[in-house]
Amino acid sequence: MATLPPGISNEVFSNALSRFEAAIGSEWVFKSDEDVALYRDAYSPERGEPTERLVSAAVAPDSVEQVQAIVRIANELKIPLYPISTGKNLGYGGSAPILSGSVVVDLKRMNKVISVDEGRCSCVVEPGVSYFDLHRHIRERDLKVWIDCPDPGWGSVVGNALDHGVGYTYGQYRDHFGSHCGMEVVLPNGEVMRTGMAALANEDSWADYKYGFGPYVAGLFGQANFGIVTKMGFWLMPQPEAYRTGTISVPKRQDIIPLVAQVNHLENQGLIGQPGFRSPMSAAQAREPELRALLEKEGGASDAELDRFAESKGIPSWSVELKFYGPEQTIAGSWEYAKAQISAAVPGTTFEDGVRYRFPLSPEEEAQVHRNHRLVDIGVPNLAIFTIAGGRTAQNPDNADGGQFYFAPIVPRTGEALLDAGRKMAQAYREVGLRYNEYYPTPACWHYRAFIMISSLPVSRLDPEINRHSREAYAHLAQVAAENGWGEYRSPPFGVDMVMDAYSFNNHALRRFNETLKDAVDPNGIIAAGRGGIWPKYLRDNEEDV
Amino acid sequence: MKKHLLYMVTIIAACHGLTACAQGTSSSSAEVTQGKEVYDKWCVHCHGTGIGLGGGALPGTQQLAIKYRNSDIPAVLDQRTDMTPEFIEVIVRQGVSFMPQFRKTEVSDSELAMLNAYLTRNNR
Repeated sequence: MATLPPGISNEVFSNALSRFEAAIGSEWVFKSDEDVALYRDAYSPERGEPTERLVSAAVAPDSVEQVQAIVRIANELKIPLYPISTGKNLGYGGSAPILSGSVVVDLKRMNKVISVDEGRCSCVVEPGVSYFDLHRHIRERDLKVWIDCPDPGWGSVVGNALDHGVGYTYGQYRDHFGSHCGMEVVLPNGEVMRTGMAALANEDSWADYKYGFGPYVAGLFGQANFGIVTKMGFWLMPQPEAYRTGTISVPKRQDIIPLVAQVNHLENQGLIGQPGFRSPMSAAQAREPELRALLEKEGGASDAELDRFAESKGIPSWSVELKFYGPEQTIAGSWEYAKAQISAAVPGTTFEDGVRYRFPLSPEEEAQVHRNHRLVDIGVPNLAIFTIAGGRTAQNPDNADGGQFYFAPIVPRTGEALLDAGRKMAQAYREVGLRYNEYYPTPACWHYRAFIMISSLPVSRLDPEINRHSREAYAHLAQVAAENGWGEYRSPPFGVDMVMDAYSFNNHALRRFNETLKDAVDPNGIIAAGRGGIWPKYLRDNEEDV
Repeated sequence: MKKHLLYMVTIIAACHGLTACAQGTSSSSAEVTQGKEVYDKWCVHCHGTGIGLGGGALPGTQQLAIKYRNSDIPAVLDQRTDMTPEFIEVIVRQGVSFMPQFRKTEVSDSELAMLNAYLTRNNR
């Protein structure tokens, strides 16, 4: 039996479904229990509980005109919609809505690559185009451009950008929303709007210049609910001549401070892609009982103690893998420059050459990349990351469960902030019975001007207790992060309000502004209620703040 | 309810895995060819023979290698000869472990039938 939208009668809902069927064909309106269940969030930490976000029905348009028709019907009948692109935002809601009872607008069938311009290094795509699809389109035409992809390649190029997703190459490309250029949006009244140069009646530079004229409103459609995005332009990276990596290691725990500063300087000059920080000392815990005892000792370990251990075993405290893309001679020079700069800043620095590729790789060469590197670093989508998504392991071979969601606060991109976050977050994790890498925390550098201190929390299809604990842990961690000025950059559906609550400057002025926009643009509150922590007026419970 | 669904998946898997009793189907070669295309689009990235992170197996292949460690069932999905269409449909439409379910806008019912034809082509 369908989970109806709040406040909508069976009669109105049935009328809406009939009109959706007339607009897009009954084949593409999913309303049976069996079909509706396909839209459950596969990684929901609320699975099987009353709070699980369930859909009432799903509609799958194949054109912008059909999206307009759906939106107009929904606006007239006040039916809440929730657009998804490929529905693979696992860990952040998947194919499910935030508001139970929403009708999912499944854009997977809108899967056209509108254009790829090799010379201008850009493309325009629809929401149903996955990274696999776009990569295949480019390869089949032997175009000399690269995409920047996130770890799971089945995600939507549009959807990932709209959720502020990230990748691995140079900063201007791996910030996926930042690399977008012009979009087409169906507004809540059913009207189609385009942004940037795409707003020109005879546009010829959709994906060349972001701003067009007037206010830059495209940002309103990322992690938000002011319309349904039906096309987006993106900047693509020119296929580089070559790629190489090198790893730099430093001996002492406090060396992370100058190491981060130096790596930042490299990145800020545009010399490297996403740096990969690691801690060999942290990795050594598994094989070094003496180190484990030191890290767990009452009162904590001192830097001097840790550094003595590291020196005695010849284990670096930190390392960072640097990635260079470009002409072979240029990136060789960049690597030499990086070594010189960092060795001058940090005594005892050591270096190790990594992989070296010239492009294009042959299919045979590409098939071997995962032996000692990662395909996502060279713009090749894949799904290998699911190796770490849970499931069976050698230690737990009968575990038929799996999945996770993410706690991902933004922390300043400095070594001092990293060590501070490690100490404070370790305490917060202890308070909810979890472990954290207190002494050697490693950041994700997907967004090139900030660290994301991401960690995963398990979900279960079988055990509600695991889900309850993960939700409670998330709430506590988000609170501690907020107290320290660290806000999450994305959120699972159950966390959107607690995350938005942290962005509270001047009595939640930002949220109140978002709500003002929401009420003006979408007065019936039909688009993606709750997304970005923005609720329509009829669902808000914070009116006293306004 | 969901516990029961997953339990059902496990039971089906155990039954067909251990007995390897699925019968060959009478699918046409065209269906098998089209099913291979569905497999290559949706399944092979996790269940193929490719190389995963660190030189290991791909995620789905790795999981099935552990699951069937004490049997002669191949870890690579399209090398198996023991799966029935019903079993494949349950896995595709409900997911299992960290594998999500697939919607009909991703794998349509007709594409699922083709996939079944491909994955059961060598059943004994």
